[in-house]
Amino acid sequence: MAVREFREKTRQVLKKYQQDKSALIDILHDTQAAIGYLPREALEEIARGLGIPLSQVYSVVTFFKAFSLEPRGRHLIQVCMGTACHVRGADKVLAQIEKELGVKAGANTADLRFTLQTVNCVGSCALGPVVIVDQDYYGEMAPEKVSGMLGNYS
Amino acid sequence: MTKLKSVKELEALRQSIISRRDAAQTVISVCGGTGCHSHGCQRVVAAFREELEKQNLGDKVSLKISGCHGFCERGPLVVIRPHDILYQRVRDKDVPEIVTQTVVKGNRVDRLLYTDRVTGQKIANETEVPFYKLQSRLIFGSNGFIDPTSIEDYIAIGGYTALPRAFKMKPEEIIAEIKKSGLRGRGGAGFPTGLKWESTRNAPGKPKYVICNADEGDPGAFMDRSLVEGNPHSVLEGMIIGAYAIGSHEGFIYIRNEYPLAVKHMRIAIEQAEKYGLLGENILGSGFSFSVKIKRGGGAFVCGESTALMASLEGKVGEPRAKYIHTSEQGLWGKPSNLNNVETWANVPLIINKGADWYAKIGTEGSKGTKIFALVGNITNTGLVEVPMGTTLRKIIFEIGGGIPKGRKFKAVQTGGPSGGVIPEGLLDLPVDFDELTKVGSMMGSGGMIVMDEKTCMVDIARYYIGFLEEESCGKCVPCREGLRQMKYILDRIVAGQGREEDITLLEELSATLVDASLCQLGATAPNPVMSTLKYFRDEYLAHITEKRCPAGVCKFAAVETKS
Repeated sequence: MAVREFREKTRQVLKKYQQDKSALIDILHDTQAAIGYLPREALEEIARGLGIPLSQVYSVVTFFKAFSLEPRGRHLIQVCMGTACHVRGADKVLAQIEKELGVKAGANTADLRFTLQTVNCVGSCALGPVVIVDQDYYGEMAPEKVSGMLGNYS
Repeated sequence: MTKLKSVKELEALRQSIISRRDAAQTVISVCGGTGCHSHGCQRVVAAFREELEKQNLGDKVSLKISGCHGFCERGPLVVIRPHDILYQRVRDKDVPEIVTQTVVKGNRVDRLLYTDRVTGQKIANETEVPFYKLQSRLIFGSNGFIDPTSIEDYIAIGGYTALPRAFKMKPEEIIAEIKKSGLRGRGGAGFPTGLKWESTRNAPGKPKYVICNADEGDPGAFMDRSLVEGNPHSVLEGMIIGAYAIGSHEGFIYIRNEYPLAVKHMRIAIEQAEKYGLLGENILGSGFSFSVKIKRGGGAFVCGESTALMASLEGKVGEPRAKYIHTSEQGLWGKPSNLNNVETWANVPLIINKGADWYAKIGTEGSKGTKIFALVGNITNTGLVEVPMGTTLRKIIFEIGGGIPKGRKFKAVQTGGPSGGVIPEGLLDLPVDFDELTKVGSMMGSGGMIVMDEKTCMVDIARYYIGFLEEESCGKCVPCREGLRQMKYILDRIVAGQGREEDITLLEELSATLVDASLCQLGATAPNPVMSTLKYFRDEYLAHITEKRCPAGVCKFAAVETKS
């Protein structure tokens, strides 16, 4: 995606929210959904569109967990680290995924196939430990199920 | 869909919806909550669609995708009405048999029924299953009966009847009624709702705002999500009544972005309410106008704190401020703002409809009504449980929750999430309400209840919560930012077998500092998991520190060099 495209997509989002300053988080969510992450150009466009300092946009982006300043992999893996999943062994599942992908939580794989993240409870506690890949929920996860799960995504 | 201009038109609409519905018609209600979704309920729904079409039953049978029924453990759940038959752990391959046997012939499919754990008998009716039977589902009960994306469904079961009733009352009368009911905030602190409304109403300054906190950040709690997903109009109706009582014309619902289905359902609910004129200008001809906007969160636990949430609503970093001045006086954009939790709002229509006297009969002296708990962890029946305040932990965990699986022993239950504490076996007969939980060193919080068995290490649990809070601390005040980091450092050391004798004293000193000196409640309650585990399970800390041993067998110690 070219820089011009980043700016264009961001402007479309800004238009939807009618330059509403209080909608900053929503604007960031939608921009990230459109581009895949939040490049500098998008943040500049948002700051200009809303008439707020770039530093404020940047501080909000880096404060909240949901936003990424880096490109992300084609598939997003979210490992739930909520309490219910924790007492059922979520850390072992995470360790196995980290081992198989060769990256730590918060990072992309070198081939940009996956981005690995942890999340604080998705509320599917009955199925713990839970892993979500894109929109797919994998419940009652165990280290030995990791390899099969990852194989579903290319 | 035309705008309703009066209460009369709303009632006429209700009658026309009800008359178009045949009470004897078979309804297949498939739970579409996130829990059942993860179990694959969408495949079950697709299979039902296909099978009903195949058997030419499309017109005769109504297929409903409802909100969360609460019994997540046994999902996907399917309830066939009016027979009231509950099928659990339903797979798509079971669907043809259900349609042929139950829908067409009226027979039961025994293998899909719930089996009572004590008697070993099959139970057919949803209402007879102990998990449901022992609850009082006043707030949560409608979830299984309505399609949350249909305002007609909500109106048909008596939704939006409290609103006209409220419009007949003066705002002050509504506030008096809420005060009399004894309703306390369900988000955690348990502040009396009526008082909060009153101070916002009386605060100088305009406009005034009402806000719904659906930023359910407590890991292990999901009742707010299930209410917003499963019955969004009940929350909206409560908000409209509250706004009318407070004198506000603008509302916000702050929802976690991690709950996409909740965002979607609330968005649909607001659109429908606007189309019917239940939101917008001159609602039902009352002269009162009110609009609501959804704002998504960005994934920060601290935004559950009112001042942080409001900062985030303004498009700023979600940091809290000191509350010398309450948000009811100066909140969002410096204006009087009333923030209540999802479950609190959902209680409002019930109180207006049934009356404060009726409501105040439920619960205990200081905590009225029911509370929804998320029962999770090492428990047989994971799910959402709604019981009157004052129900004992034993009843919730062992009778409704079915006790601890795998034949293991109960060890402790954590209530109140990361801000709460653990409660040991000796206190299982504690009646659960705001004050009793605080007395034993825990708190109600939003209603998470994490059950732990004998294989759970209490030091590891304390470290888990402190680690969570350290990451979620916004960093604005030093006691919370640095204190939690040091506590995490010490706990890491202990679970690695490197604990020192003075560590317990250090933890206690740091805890006391956080309680006294933190800017907001995140920091002030953060030591609770450590203080409560130290209070009830000090032996485990000592075993880690002095014997380099984890009694639960969770912590793996690196070979510690023994000096001779």
